[in-house]
Amino acid sequence: MSRKPEYGLLIDYEYCTGCYACQVACAQEYEWPAGMGGIRVIEIVEKLPNDKHYLKFMPIPTELCILCAGRTKEGKNPACVHHCMAACMKYGKIEELAKEINKPRMVLWAPKA
Amino acid sequence: MTHDEIRKVHTTTWSGGPGCHGGCGVIAHIKNNRLIKIEGDPDHPMNRGRLCPRCLAMTQYVHHPERLTRPLKRAGKRGENKWQEISWDEAFDLIEEKFGSIRNDFGPESVVFSMGTGRDVGAWICMLAYAFGSPNVSFALSGNACYTPRITASEIVLGDYCIFDGGQWCAKGHDDPRYTVPECIVIWGYNIPASCPDNIFGHWAIDLMKKGSKLITIDPRLSWFASRSDKWLLIRPGTDGALAMGFLNIIIQEGLYDKDFGKKWTNAPHLIRKDTGKLLRESDLMPNGSSDNFAAWDVINKNIVIWGSHHAVYKTKVSEAALEGQFKIKLKDGKEINATTVWSEFCARAAEYPVEKVAEITWLKERDIIDAARLYAKSKPATIQWGLAIDSTPAITPTATAIAALWCITGNLGIPGGNVIARYAYNAVAYALPGAKGVIKRPSKEIDEKRIGYREYGLFREFIWRAQTDKVLEQIFSEDPYPVKGMWIQCCILIGGTGYDPARWIKALKKLDFTVVVDIFMTPTCQMADVVLPATTFLEKDSIRSWWVPLQTINKAMTVDECKSGIEINFELAKRFDPNFRWKTIYDLFDEILEPSGMTFKELQEKGWSIPPEGHPSAPYLRHEKGLLRQDGKPGFQKRSGKVELYSTLREEWGLEPMPCYEEPPFTPVSRPDLAEEYPLILSTSRRSPVYFLSEHRNIPWLREADPDPVLEIHPDTAKSMGVGQGEWVWVENWMGRCKLKAKVSPIVPRWMVMAAHGWWFPEKPGEEPSLYGMWESNINQLMLMGYNGKDGLGTITKHLLCKVYKVNGKG
Repeated sequence: MSRKPEYGLLIDYEYCTGCYACQVACAQEYEWPAGMGGIRVIEIVEKLPNDKHYLKFMPIPTELCILCAGRTKEGKNPACVHHCMAACMKYGKIEELAKEINKPRMVLWAPKA
Repeated sequence: MTHDEIRKVHTTTWSGGPGCHGGCGVIAHIKNNRLIKIEGDPDHPMNRGRLCPRCLAMTQYVHHPERLTRPLKRAGKRGENKWQEISWDEAFDLIEEKFGSIRNDFGPESVVFSMGTGRDVGAWICMLAYAFGSPNVSFALSGNACYTPRITASEIVLGDYCIFDGGQWCAKGHDDPRYTVPECIVIWGYNIPASCPDNIFGHWAIDLMKKGSKLITIDPRLSWFASRSDKWLLIRPGTDGALAMGFLNIIIQEGLYDKDFGKKWTNAPHLIRKDTGKLLRESDLMPNGSSDNFAAWDVINKNIVIWGSHHAVYKTKVSEAALEGQFKIKLKDGKEINATTVWSEFCARAAEYPVEKVAEITWLKERDIIDAARLYAKSKPATIQWGLAIDSTPAITPTATAIAALWCITGNLGIPGGNVIARYAYNAVAYALPGAKGVIKRPSKEIDEKRIGYREYGLFREFIWRAQTDKVLEQIFSEDPYPVKGMWIQCCILIGGTGYDPARWIKALKKLDFTVVVDIFMTPTCQMADVVLPATTFLEKDSIRSWWVPLQTINKAMTVDECKSGIEINFELAKRFDPNFRWKTIYDLFDEILEPSGMTFKELQEKGWSIPPEGHPSAPYLRHEKGLLRQDGKPGFQKRSGKVELYSTLREEWGLEPMPCYEEPPFTPVSRPDLAEEYPLILSTSRRSPVYFLSEHRNIPWLREADPDPVLEIHPDTAKSMGVGQGEWVWVENWMGRCKLKAKVSPIVPRWMVMAAHGWWFPEKPGEEPSLYGMWESNINQLMLMGYNGKDGLGTITKHLLCKVYKVNGKG
């Protein structure tokens, strides 16, 4: 069994606009070739009653995410969090981040790191 | 510092690179003259550390193997993609010779200087054109339909341009105590998170949503904002004018307007003659009266009072100016006429748009229109952020003046969190623009009168100092009143991006004697050039950014081969063409532009950026009350009447409709039911992609992977009726032509509309004709028309054409 994760990413996906800044910031940070990277953005168009829809974007950390260990050691935010245009991502200790889930439409990721 | 050390250069984005209208602060990490990383500057007031994907992909852009690095001279026929590398000296000599001989033989106006969207190129291309002696600076889009029309409409109403207040004039942004978070934000035809807004940071709107701002989104497409709005108005494209009139009507009928503001700061009390339909002027009333002074009716003393425009006060004591009513007036010749007020006429005009009629025009529900109007008018402050979609209709000015009237009559003009007047920080203006004295001056009136569009359009004489684009294209073929022989095309993908009806543009370019293109990569446009000059990105140049706030410098962080910045190229040629060119270096020019700020280029560079302090005429709020807008220091606005003009004195003068109204666009199911039979779907285009700036960036791998194909958004029911499945290639066709797009089957568009991706060409495909980077495959401009502008020469048909869609046989 894997070790218990200590750090994670809290994402307030209500405000994720699908701008891809996180995805490209990660590619730049680690010089990933196109098609690879530590975080990917997906678009979901949710069908609701009465011909209504909700447009949702979701950034998902991948198997390549290392939570920017080098950057965080220097006291910086991970590249994705630093550049998130909507400022809807937060890095921190999972236990602390869990306390910040004080509104709906949030997700706490504990990447493989 | 050792050779291998990383230098961190703070600079400002603008132009080449992310491509956008910029203003973000970045930190470029440079090692051995190479960009190894770029980050958003956390201390910069615009973006506060954040950065868009286009900027974050700069390492792939700056060091792209296909960058233009040396000047190129055409070695085959135009379109054959055969080139010979030449030195800068050879290039400058050749251009001087060729353009020089056109100037000698046909006059300087026979060279048109064409640019893409307004970035720092605007100032420098004007500098070159004016030094050459040509008044013909052209923005290559039909109807000059990007931002300019909105700016102009705002100036027609209130003498300045107005933008959404996101706290950008306050050092602490929207956390500043001087700022008020808007209760309501209207997002009108704008996909802010995916676009490069007109010098605002789009995600400010999201910051404000988090602080409680409610949203009204007006968009035919389920945008991100639409999905999160209190009110989403799914409007039929091109009918925004009717909606704005409907809003005005509801707000007036329900008394939700700001009466005091109307009386004091607008020309609502001014009288209109019933016999001519025109404003009653002092010159109508007394022998020596001025035609710039207007009349109002004093309800207490029951007599005429004269509004002295020059001093922006009534010339005689007035107890109370009537806002409404009918009055009998005796003119200077003894004739008696009936008059009414601007406000009465304005209300009557709005009343022509009852909600049931507006619902019928816009395809909206009456309830939604009423609810949205109330939400906007009852919120304080409320702000409207309008987008490019507003410019993309021929009746742009009647539409945009209606919208501008909304923020004026609801008292949201100039207040924190409302719509505020935007001026160039410290009034440091690089070039001649309406309402501002730029350092780079326009040519003499005698030369300017030759500008294409000058004769036809009052607006182009007074406000828009560009050539009218559709007329430029026409004149290349007609050669009337003079031939166009050469073109200088800078930062502009005319073929493949900006130019509608590209086949016709290609024919036009091939007709010219000599064409120069300045760009960073080879484009379909470069293929039509005689000389191609390699330009720099923002990281490789020194420049300034003077556009609203903050005032900033762009700082050279590195070099790439022999690339030169736009300003260096333009400066060198301007010196050669104009014996009286008065600056020695670009830094002399920068210093002069920055002079009103009290800083030199060097001093501003050390500071990085600067926001003008409160009390400065280029900083809000409520400047009209403080006498900070007018040059004479009097309260009021920079208008002929000194007031917000609900009835436009200028449009009256130009013989155009002086009050806002709605006009049905030329190619809709309503105006052309005959065409709609064959082409049943509304074709809308020019939607923004978050990873591309217009027609750029398809060659940047990190960006292309996020948006790999030219897509057509089509509703599942519509797609099903045509047997089109997700990801299948389809032809989109109308009477102009067709192009091939990949179906993105999604309910984010209504059943009756398709949204086509724009600006597509394929840098990976062969450049020579007939391929032209695969431009004929998927470029939607093949379905677009030139020459369908409003009566004032502005606006176009981008958002509302007609088309049919069908499957591409086989694999396509």
